[in-house]
Amino acid sequence: MVVPSKHSDWRRVLSPTGNTGDAIFRGLMFLVGLLMVSVVIAMVIALASDSMLSIRAFGFGFLKSSHWNPIMGQFGALPFIYGTIVSSLIALLISVPFSLGIAVFLVEQAPHYIARPIGFLVELLAAIPSVVYGLWGIFILAPFLRVHVEPPLARVFGWLPLFQGPITGIGLLTGGIILAIMITPIISAVVRDVLTAVPGSQREAALALGATKWEMIRVVLVNGAPGIAGAVILGLGRALGETMAVTMVIGNRPEISLSLFAPSYTIASAIANEFTEATTDLYLSALVELGLILFLVTFIVNAIARILVWNVIRKTGGVARAA
Amino acid sequence: MNAVRPVDRMRRVRSAIMTTLTGLCTLLAVGILLIILSYIAYRGIGSLNFRFLVDSPRPVGEGGGIGNAILGSVVLLALSSAFGLPLGISVGIYLSEVGKGRFTSAVRFIVDTLTGIPSIVTGVFVYAILVLPMKHFSAFAGGVALALIMIPIVARTTEEMLKLVPHSLREGALALGAPQWRVTLGVVLPAAASGIATGAMLAIARVSGETAPLLFTAFGSRFFNYYLDQPIASLTVQIYNYAISPYDEWHAQAWAATLVLMTLILGINIIVRFLTRKRF
Repeated sequence: MVVPSKHSDWRRVLSPTGNTGDAIFRGLMFLVGLLMVSVVIAMVIALASDSMLSIRAFGFGFLKSSHWNPIMGQFGALPFIYGTIVSSLIALLISVPFSLGIAVFLVEQAPHYIARPIGFLVELLAAIPSVVYGLWGIFILAPFLRVHVEPPLARVFGWLPLFQGPITGIGLLTGGIILAIMITPIISAVVRDVLTAVPGSQREAALALGATKWEMIRVVLVNGAPGIAGAVILGLGRALGETMAVTMVIGNRPEISLSLFAPSYTIASAIANEFTEATTDLYLSALVELGLILFLVTFIVNAIARILVWNVIRKTGGVARAA
Repeated sequence: MNAVRPVDRMRRVRSAIMTTLTGLCTLLAVGILLIILSYIAYRGIGSLNFRFLVDSPRPVGEGGGIGNAILGSVVLLALSSAFGLPLGISVGIYLSEVGKGRFTSAVRFIVDTLTGIPSIVTGVFVYAILVLPMKHFSAFAGGVALALIMIPIVARTTEEMLKLVPHSLREGALALGAPQWRVTLGVVLPAAASGIATGAMLAIARVSGETAPLLFTAFGSRFFNYYLDQPIASLTVQIYNYAISPYDEWHAQAWAATLVLMTLILGINIIVRFLTRKRF
C-alpha cells in the first residue's frame, strides 16, 4: 500500500496511474507545449511594445501615409504595403497555374518511377536559400529580363501604365518573378498532397462516364478545391514574408508607381535593409511596427491556409507536409 | 463503329493539349532548378581553393576568404541545434504521445502556423528580447533566432514519425508494466529515431540557408570570432554583403561561398532522400 502523501493529489490530476515519473514527464511535456503558445504571445507583446513609440506618433495614419523620410522623421508604410501586395500578386499569378500543372502531372499522369525523382527535384527548388535566389536574381534574372522580356512587354503592352517607364531589370516585376519561382515548390507540394487525398472512386466514376483524361482531372481539381485554395494562400503567406531575394532585386525605393518596371520596396525588405541603419528611436520603432504588421498578416493568412488544407487532408488520415 | 463526333474530337484534342502543358510546367520547373544549380557550380568553382576556405575576408584586391564565415555558420548551427532540436522533439512528443484535447490542438495549430511566420520577423523579435537588453549583436542571439525557426519544423516531423510507430508497440510495453514515460522515451522514441534524425537534418539544412534572421542578431563579422557574446559571421550574410557590393572580386567570392553553402544543403537533402527512399 502506498502511504497517501499530501503530494498525491496533484499527481493524480496529472497521471491517472499515480506514477511519479509519469507525472513529471507529462508535466514537462505540457510545459513545452505551453512554451510554444507563450512564444507567439511573447512575439506579439515584444513587437507591440517596441513599436509603441511609432504607434503613438502616427496611429492609423502609419498605414495610410506614403511618405517615408527617416531624415524628416516621417514614417508611412503605404509604399511598403503596396510593394508587398503587388509583388506577391504577381508571384501568385505566375506560380498558381504552374504549380497546379506540376501537381497534376506528378499525381495524375506520371508513372511512379518518374513522379518520385521529378517530385524530389521540384521540391529541391524550395531547398535553395533565399539569399541564393537573390544572388541569381541580381546577376542572371534581372539582366535577362532587362534585355529579353521587359522591352517586348513594353512594346506590346506599352499602352498600359503597368508596362511604362524606364527599363532597368530591377523592380516589381523581377521581384514578383523571383517570388513565383520560390513559392512554386511550396504550392505544388501541398496541391500534390491534396490531389492524392481525393478518393480514387471520383476518378473511376468520371472515366466510367466517358470523360477524357483532362475532364477527369478537372473533376479531381474541383474535389480538392478547398485544399488547393489553402495551398495558394499558404504560398501567398510565404510570398508576403520572403525577404532576402526580394530585397536584392526589387530596387528598395519607397515609392508607389503603377509601372511594374519601377523599383519598389516591400515590408520585409525595408526591415532587412534599414534596421541596422535606424538612427533614431522613432525610426527603429517604425521598422518594428512594420514587423508587427507583417507578423499579424502572415499569421492570419497562414491560419486560414492551414484550416483549409487540414480539412481536406485530414479526411483521408494524412498529415500535411510541413511546408 | 460510329465515326468520332467532332465535339468528341475536340474533347480529345483539348485533353491532349492540357496533359502536355502540365508536363511542360514540370519540365520548366526542373529546368530552372538545373539552370540555377549549374550556374552556381560554373561561377563558384573558379574562385574556390583551399586558401579561400580558411582565410578571413580582406580588402578588395587582396583576395581573402570565407574561413570565418564557415566557422560562424557551424557555430550558429551548433547553437541552434542545441536549443532547437531537444525542444522541437519534445513538442513533437507532446503533440503525438501526451497531449489530448483542445489545448493540444491549439498547440499543433500554433506550431503549424509558426512555420509560416517570416524569418525576418523572428529576427526582429530576437533583436527586441535579446540584442536590445544585451546592448550588442551576438552569436547567441543568432543561434536563438535560428532555433525558433527550427523548433516548429522539428516538432511537426517528430509528431509525424511518432504517429507511424505501431500502437501494438506501446500496448506491449504498457502491458509489461512500464510507466508511460519509459514507454515513450525507451520504446516509441527509439523506434522513430531514424525518421526524427532525418527530420532534424532537413531542419538544419533549412536554417543553414537563413539570412534574414541573422542580419540584426548575429550581424556578421570580418574576423574569426570565438566568443558567443560577440557578433559572428555566417556564410549567408557574407554572400548577401558581397552580392550587393560594387566589386567584381567580391561578386566572384559570393558565388564561391554560394557553391560551398549549396553543397552542404543539397548534400543533406540528397542523403536524407537516400535514407528515406523506402518510406516515401
